[in-house]
Amino acid sequence: MTLPPFQYLVDAHWRDVCRLAHALAGPVDGDDVAQQAWTQALAAYPRLRSSTNLRGWLLTITSHCAMDVHRSRARRPVPVQDIIAIGEVAGRSQEKGPDADRPDEVLWSHVADLPERQRHAVVLKYVVDLDHLGIAKTLGTTPGMSRRLVSDALATLRLATSKDELT
Amino acid sequence: MTEHTVAARLTAFSLPAMPPELPISDVSYVVDDTSVGRMLLARSESGALIASAFVPDSDTEDFWLRRLARQVSPRVLRLPRALDLARHELDAYLGGRRKEFDLPTALVLATPFQRIVLGHLSAAVAYGHRTTYGALANDIERPKAARAVGAALGANPLCIIVPCHRVVASSGALTGYAGGLAAKEYLLALEAHT
Repeated sequence: MTLPPFQYLVDAHWRDVCRLAHALAGPVDGDDVAQQAWTQALAAYPRLRSSTNLRGWLLTITSHCAMDVHRSRARRPVPVQDIIAIGEVAGRSQEKGPDADRPDEVLWSHVADLPERQRHAVVLKYVVDLDHLGIAKTLGTTPGMSRRLVSDALATLRLATSKDELT
Repeated sequence: MTEHTVAARLTAFSLPAMPPELPISDVSYVVDDTSVGRMLLARSESGALIASAFVPDSDTEDFWLRRLARQVSPRVLRLPRALDLARHELDAYLGGRRKEFDLPTALVLATPFQRIVLGHLSAAVAYGHRTTYGALANDIERPKAARAVGAALGANPLCIIVPCHRVVASSGALTGYAGGLAAKEYLLALEAHT
């Protein structure tokens, strides 16, 4: 098994890592989380045993870095200004940077209020288009539980946004 | 507006989201357009130049990057500023302002036999001089190994810096060169006139 040059991973996935980091950690910590994820990935890379699914490996590291940052700070939901709205994103993660679309601060403040595992699951699903097996691996759970986390998150977000519209 | 200002403003352009800034790692490289063709320069973490190769197209570039990942370390990063010294010396050489390279080099991509051949070539054949495959084989006390010497030169991982372009056939003809015969001619003419 031979690993490709690390630069190939950076070129192919830096936008996704950046988007995921910003979606999970907000505009204040997003850059730090992305930078930490790349530093950790570079350090661990030569010991990696498989070169299949390098994208999933990078997104998992990014997700874990976001959890670490989150735990190391007092919980403070920050509206994410530079992430495109959840409903619009599937399939477009390759072409556009996180700042390319309109912000949806209200929705993202609700995302920030979700329980951590729901938040990570729904972001992994819709911001970087990971499948349930990939989400399950990242969160250390089963694909069935990943489905449930995502559907619970969506239900909460629907309810929260419909309340917003009523008020 | 002067061209310089335009260039500076183009260089200063930044995206809202930027690729990660990673430190100098096991292998750093840059690809540059030079007067003899598109070249890839790579260095080790310690700063020694380990590759100087002609990469006319992306397939050749990919071949070299994967080779570095396999034979040196998969931590291969494109870091142009890490190659400043090598680019500077190469630029001066190609401009006729430099006759020897001072930068540290390491033949980590060469086999032991290639190292003997290339090491001798660097030490013995100075700027503006030429030698032949047969003479080089004699010098390393392997008089029957002219063909093996030719193969070792063909595998030179440090083109231009280790001057395999100074080796010609015993007839005086320019034989093959990794960068193409035109590049070999260009380099020999450059050395003959400066």
